[in-house]
Amino acid sequence: MAARKDEHSGPAHTVASGTTDTTGDGYRGADPYAATERETTEGRIYTVTGGDWDSLLDDWRHDERIIVNMGPQHPSTHGVLRLVLELEGEVVTQARSVIGYLHTGIEKNCEYRTWTQGVTFVTRADYLSPLFNETAYCLATEKLLGITAPWRAQVIRVLLMELNRVGSHLVALATGGMELGALTAMTAGFREREEVLHLLEFLTGLRMNHAFIRPGGVAQDLPEGYEERVRDFLAVMDSRLGDYDKLLTGQPIWKQRLRDVAYLPLDGCLQLGVTGPILRAAGLEWDLRKVEPYCGYQEYEFDVPTSTDADAYARYLLRLEEIHQSLRIVAQCLDKLEPGPVMVDNPKIAWPAQLTIGADGMGNSLEHVRKIMGQSMEALIHHFKLVTEGFAVPPGQVYVPVESPRGELGYHLVSDGGTRPLRVHVRDPSFVNLQSMPAMCEGGLVADVIAAVASIDPVMGGVDR
Amino acid sequence: MTDRDDGKDRQPGRPSSAQMGSLEHAEHEARAGVVAGRARLGMFGVQGPGDTSGYGGLQLPAYVPPAATRPYGGWFDEVSDELAAAMREREIPAAAIQQVTVDRGEITYYVRREYLLALCRILRDDPALRFELCSSISGVDYGPEVPQRLHVVYHLTSMTYRRRIRLEVALDVDDAHVPSVVEVYPTADWHERETWDMFGVIFDGHPALTRILMPDDWEGHPQRKDYPLGGIPVEYKGAEIPPPDQRRAYS
Repeated sequence: MAARKDEHSGPAHTVASGTTDTTGDGYRGADPYAATERETTEGRIYTVTGGDWDSLLDDWRHDERIIVNMGPQHPSTHGVLRLVLELEGEVVTQARSVIGYLHTGIEKNCEYRTWTQGVTFVTRADYLSPLFNETAYCLATEKLLGITAPWRAQVIRVLLMELNRVGSHLVALATGGMELGALTAMTAGFREREEVLHLLEFLTGLRMNHAFIRPGGVAQDLPEGYEERVRDFLAVMDSRLGDYDKLLTGQPIWKQRLRDVAYLPLDGCLQLGVTGPILRAAGLEWDLRKVEPYCGYQEYEFDVPTSTDADAYARYLLRLEEIHQSLRIVAQCLDKLEPGPVMVDNPKIAWPAQLTIGADGMGNSLEHVRKIMGQSMEALIHHFKLVTEGFAVPPGQVYVPVESPRGELGYHLVSDGGTRPLRVHVRDPSFVNLQSMPAMCEGGLVADVIAAVASIDPVMGGVDR
Repeated sequence: MTDRDDGKDRQPGRPSSAQMGSLEHAEHEARAGVVAGRARLGMFGVQGPGDTSGYGGLQLPAYVPPAATRPYGGWFDEVSDELAAAMREREIPAAAIQQVTVDRGEITYYVRREYLLALCRILRDDPALRFELCSSISGVDYGPEVPQRLHVVYHLTSMTYRRRIRLEVALDVDDAHVPSVVEVYPTADWHERETWDMFGVIFDGHPALTRILMPDDWEGHPQRKDYPLGGIPVEYKGAEIPPPDQRRAYS
């Protein structure tokens, strides 16, 4: 039988057709599956046998090469990721990922908007960690401007980022569980993530794509009663996180699906540029919050969990532990929040209007509108200039990394002195980490590909941007 | 604008790329000057007789990142010394590094492309340098009027010493070739494919330099400055709003 190598462009379920006609050539003369028959007094009796299994395998083992196209529309590929797998039986001999199905040109679009408007774009890149994108972008812009956000704004950023990390890791557990068939992990993970989203909606006004963190600080102060809501959330999470240990950590099926699967040791991680939980699961305690603190992370007490198992199970355990550590930081944020400004005291950069809730929703405060429309022509000009034209940023370039839930999220911003970025480059951890998929999958079983991709936790919005 | 050609008088030390002739350009490049920005005329994006702003004669020369002088400060000197020593050891000429710029607490080495691969190998392997992690590779296009408009930017991280440096290679758009660093940093694979896809920089020696984000049969390189931001005019409440790249620019 000749080696089959036909690449299907349709979804994965058409793939089985690769094996249907393989019995055609070799066994047409003597079909091992053909039924024998004999006549008895009871009537005709058929005996169905499977033939000699070893001779079948000899023939098939080395020639049965199938190319499976998995995705981009497939419930187990973690978004619009397309995997092209070359299989020999159940074993993956080659794995390649095809990306670009969610490319939206965020980097290019940023070049046509002001620096403040850029936040609205980058928050949509990695949509499971929008606040990390916003923070990294704003830290880079602030570095170009040579300003630092006020302390309260920095604490708010840390608070929001850590809440976001909890939500992102919960989605990683939930979708990873779903892809492996653990549907209770999915319902539980999304239930807890909903708590995070509710809280973020209360704090920032939106569940996702917040555009809350702006160059110079944050859009507005936290609403009244935030402390109580956050403490309630912490209590809820503390009561529920133990369930994951009960449900998954010790569960034999979960362990068997993840243990020693998708192994990627430290040297492989470094060569492939992998960061985040995958790198820490390989044993290196590399967390940018510790090694290059930003936003005042050096003031917080938290641990960086590591493991040396370098498999999917270790990554699951690390993510779970990081949720606990993030909640620790959130609790410390509440104690560190002191009254103060949340935006730099620089009228050339800070948004001119304060936002308030009016009869028709959120908008510029009436007081501000009264001032610019009735009293001060200069204030009106200033408002108009800053909102439409934006602020100019001195020429130069910076690279600012932060530790996102998936690893090093870096923003390389270039300014030519104008009011719009000349270049916004997102070094997205999902994009880089996804490169390690072949190293984790090749030589393993096809079912473990799913576990491997789930343990990488790529977010296609960030991969394709 | 011709009668007020005094951009050089404002900043005597900084040549503006907009005012250079081709000979001056050649000399500028031979001196290894790096232009990183575009020259500006006027303000508010209005040109020609319609410009009543009074700023029509304003000329801002293109930004040229200034070369840093010793001492660079902090660990920058140590890394530069170690790099220079390692380069001598492996007989790489000192001219391989065109310029060193220290800006906003970050150090940038502008590198000649012939020596890029050798430099990366030194930076990764030398025990005093140890830049094990290649964080990011990307392109920057400074626009059609800038000499050597395409830049390829490498961000390297030393996990041992907790340092970050930036390598930058400036390229002509007609000869956008740069050696691939995949053999030193395997992670560069996808970064270089993305840079090829978006900017049309050809990485010589890359194992499979194909498009990664755009479809395989796409024409053009979307993040070049002369590639328009697509889009159609939007009609909103009877008024027509042009696509973003045709709207008024303030910068």
